[in-house]
Amino acid sequence: MSTAAEAGSAEVSRAERIEYLLRLADTSLVAGQRLGELLGHGPTLEEDLALGNISLDLIGQARLLLALAGRIEDKGRDEDALAFRRDAPQFRNMSLAEQPNEDFAATIVRQCLLDAWQLETYESLTGSREEALADIAHKAVKECRYHWRFSAGWLVRLGDGTEESHARVSAALGALWRFTDELLTPDALDAHMAVCGIGPAPGLIRERWDARVSAVLAEAKLQKPPHQHYPWHGKRGVHSEHLGHLLTEMQFLPRTYPGVTW
Amino acid sequence: MYTQALDSPAAGADEGSEERERLERFQARIDRDEKIEPKDWMPEAYRQTLIRQIAQHAHSEIVGMLPEGNWITRAPSLRRKAVLIAKVQDEGGHGMYLYSAAETLGVARGDLIEQLLSGRAKYSSIFNYPTLTWADIGAIGWLVDGAAIMNQVPLCRCSYGPYARAMVRICKEESFHQRQGYELMLTLARGSEAQHAMAQDALNRWWWPSLMMFGPNDAHSVHTAQSMRWKIKRFTNDELRQKFIDVTVPQAEYLGLTVPDPDLRWDQTSEHYRFGEIDWSEFQAVLKGEGPCNRERLEARRAAHENGRWVREAAVAYAAKHQAPAHRAQAGAGALS
Repeated sequence: MSTAAEAGSAEVSRAERIEYLLRLADTSLVAGQRLGELLGHGPTLEEDLALGNISLDLIGQARLLLALAGRIEDKGRDEDALAFRRDAPQFRNMSLAEQPNEDFAATIVRQCLLDAWQLETYESLTGSREEALADIAHKAVKECRYHWRFSAGWLVRLGDGTEESHARVSAALGALWRFTDELLTPDALDAHMAVCGIGPAPGLIRERWDARVSAVLAEAKLQKPPHQHYPWHGKRGVHSEHLGHLLTEMQFLPRTYPGVTW
Repeated sequence: MYTQALDSPAAGADEGSEERERLERFQARIDRDEKIEPKDWMPEAYRQTLIRQIAQHAHSEIVGMLPEGNWITRAPSLRRKAVLIAKVQDEGGHGMYLYSAAETLGVARGDLIEQLLSGRAKYSSIFNYPTLTWADIGAIGWLVDGAAIMNQVPLCRCSYGPYARAMVRICKEESFHQRQGYELMLTLARGSEAQHAMAQDALNRWWWPSLMMFGPNDAHSVHTAQSMRWKIKRFTNDELRQKFIDVTVPQAEYLGLTVPDPDLRWDQTSEHYRFGEIDWSEFQAVLKGEGPCNRERLEARRAAHENGRWVREAAVAYAAKHQAPAHRAQAGAGALS
């Protein structure tokens, strides 16, 4: 990885490192939780198992990243304290990850757009100056390659399948496209992380993501929707209404029975 | 026509004795503990018994994903969530090997699934009980997987090769699940008062249905005798049930939980636990479709099948379009790498 490693070594605060890690961790956690809803309900047994596998990988990434954030914070919060004892505004996931499984097309489009972003991001993070993050990225990037193969493969099949599948996947693409603005538009923290050699260079992810996604959309015979400015970014804690419900379900046991071991 | 008609009684007699000899040779192979393989000759009744049993087992794995899947989104720690996802996924995998084993007997997975969805095929009744609390996930692992192992370990020596081999792998995973379930119960039983109560409540609800998993008493079991001659089955329902109780009661004691059976006692003479009468009317009712979740389980499977129809159709349509020129398929693979 050239971009992050070549960057300077500007000062980075503990709070910024944690904030940046939570963006990655929460995105994996929330996406994994969404896919976890589907196990046992897939269109075929094979797809059921594949989606379960991806969910498992994402939860695994979240665990490593949350644990790292907790260690850096050094206030005794472990992966579970961070996952189960924060409210929606404290979550830093990309809003795309929390969008519901309306149908298989919506799930595939969400995953595909997110997988491309995760794959490029983790690829870049393998050279991060934050060594523990680079280690996690080395593991995650292998998983993301498989996730992308799966979701892009289905996007192509659905886009170039039947009239119905094309219509469904086009509708999902139209509905979810606005959330890609957040993935691709670096904010001040993203820019600062790049300067510090921790995160990818601004613009790099957009360029690579765009090339990757455009190629698959073309193969799937799907029209790329026009860019839509959408400034309500989950990575800054501004979410869609869906996240609160997702967390209500996910966090109910630790909140109902606080202070016990599971 | 004429010759044929004249010849037929004699040919029939020959076929009859030939058939008897074949049956004898088949039984002799079984008696020598040889494995029967898909291309070997086998009596039609043996084939049908196996198809029924393997399909039921496969369906049980698939329907069994539902009660546990019910808690994936609510697992109370990330480790528990990961373990549960992996477990439910393993069950789907077991379903897949078992459908494949059934297919070696000349049936199609699609037809077997159709039988499940139409309600003609059975699956294990235990999955028609609801998972109401987190402790139920522990109880299923400990008791339901524990009972399944008792039933399934002997199947690793089943006379039909593909089934026996599938069971070797399945049993390894099931025994892992059983230990995970027990560890979950132990954590709850030794946790707070509320957690202990949750564990006890789960044992109260899952104990009797787990005992019913072994099927009716031997005197009422329709298939046992023939299945034992064919070495599809190695122990009777009652033998396996007794073995399960003997193993499980001390485990409950170690957890500090009470088995919900006032008649349960250790019998020094036989060195077995004696236990109370199973409510067979409940067993029959659940079997007939009147259990607490029969309707929901089948509905969930049907909904998955129906909601997935357009997806499967799209996959078939895409494959048909891209079958012909090899270079197009290659170009497709390129964009996905």
